[in-house]
Amino acid sequence: MIELRDVHIRAGQFELANLSFLVDAGQYAVLMGRTGRGKTTILESICGLRRIDGGAILIHDTDVTDWSPADREIGYVPQDLALFPTFTVAEHLQFALRLRRQPARQIEERTKELAQLLGISHLLTRRIQGLSGGESQRVALGRALSFHPSVLLLDEPLSALDEATRNEMQALLRRVTRESGVTTLHITHSADEAEALADRFFHLHDGKLTER
Amino acid sequence: MIESSDEAPRRSSREMGRRRSEAPFFLVMGGISSSFIFLIVLLLAADMRFTSVGEFKAALLKPEIQAAFRLTILSCTVAALLSIWVATPLGYLLARYRFPGRLLIDTIVDIPIVLPPLVLGLSLLILFHQPVGGFVLDQWLRDRLGFQVTFSWPAVVLAQFSVACAFAVRTMRVTFDQINPRSEDVARTLGCTRGQAFMQVALPQAWRGMIAATTIAWARALGEFGPILVFAGATRMRTEVLSTTVFLELSIGNLDAAVAVSLLMVAMAVVVLVVLRLLGTGLTS
Repeated sequence: MIELRDVHIRAGQFELANLSFLVDAGQYAVLMGRTGRGKTTILESICGLRRIDGGAILIHDTDVTDWSPADREIGYVPQDLALFPTFTVAEHLQFALRLRRQPARQIEERTKELAQLLGISHLLTRRIQGLSGGESQRVALGRALSFHPSVLLLDEPLSALDEATRNEMQALLRRVTRESGVTTLHITHSADEAEALADRFFHLHDGKLTER
Repeated sequence: MIESSDEAPRRSSREMGRRRSEAPFFLVMGGISSSFIFLIVLLLAADMRFTSVGEFKAALLKPEIQAAFRLTILSCTVAALLSIWVATPLGYLLARYRFPGRLLIDTIVDIPIVLPPLVLGLSLLILFHQPVGGFVLDQWLRDRLGFQVTFSWPAVVLAQFSVACAFAVRTMRVTFDQINPRSEDVARTLGCTRGQAFMQVALPQAWRGMIAATTIAWARALGEFGPILVFAGATRMRTEVLSTTVFLELSIGNLDAAVAVSLLMVAMAVVVLVVLRLLGTGLTS
């Protein structure tokens, strides 16, 4: 569950005031709006990378407003993916689990399971240089899901892909999020994408959030 | 007004068979660029013409010069390692965070770069010998800790470090500026503290820059002279580094040895620069 209560964010030229919404556990919410209107800012605030100027952010009824990103346990896929250039694909999937000091066997199992789910088993030993757009996207998604977060934030995950890959990834997103029961907030400016994926539609316009 | 119709219709340059040459571009650009390259090559050629292999060998076999060579390698290495140790966290902080006083710190880092070398040496000397309520830093280090700084080898290292570190910080800052901070952000959402994100995500991406910074610091330390002369003195076999050797040999009119040592330093600098190029960092500024 993701809840924003009267959140106020000032960032550069724009200001977002009185943002409130609630996405129930397991729902797939899509947040739409034109580019440069603060959609990314909202995601960054939810995962703790940006401080908010007022209000509260709740994850599963816990107020995490002042928590560090590390403690929030939120899976985040930024628009530029920000994969780790010195890591292999497998290391991306294992990183969060290593940080949690999980036993090696468990990490191994989870890596296999994720790779299979995302169809990247043949890429595990590869470095990220030279991966295609779709492959990179899957690695970033796997990295975000690896530690079983209850909330997943996706920032325009499909915008840089060609149409065939986009359709493939849409199907994958739907399947993966259903299977894991993760609460998802997905940013896009594509109405088709929203139609294909969302249980809930939110629209950001002139700093105001409305639900359709 | 309608244009006069008796004018011949315009013909394209292809129809007229005109072909323009690119040669003037390369002649002008190359000509201007080569003047500087030519100057440096001439300098080296003149040095080499001045000395002979025999004189070169004779100079390098002098025990004073060998001692200076050893001290140079050692002090430059220590200064370079100290520099990278300090420059990595400082470069990272300057690249990643906006904090009060950041502009001031940024300026302070540049001071050793713009300060006249002699002034830096003098400032070091004053710092270590100024009594503050009966406390003199140099005396205290010597009497209490048995660590002689001024006019001894630690002074050489410190003088080299104060300049070399500034260059290393610049390089490390550019290095971290070029690394996408988003990776560290994502690492933090995955469960990293800022420290873990720095150690496990940022630092492994920075190794080329770290080698470049170490090399630049080493090369700067090699060329250091003014501060060493003032702060460490020029005692033969004790605080003499190769740049001091050139000065000492020159001052007693021994031009051959001075040129031989100069060429040795050129060779050392070339080795360092080639290593830098091979690493292909493009961080030579």
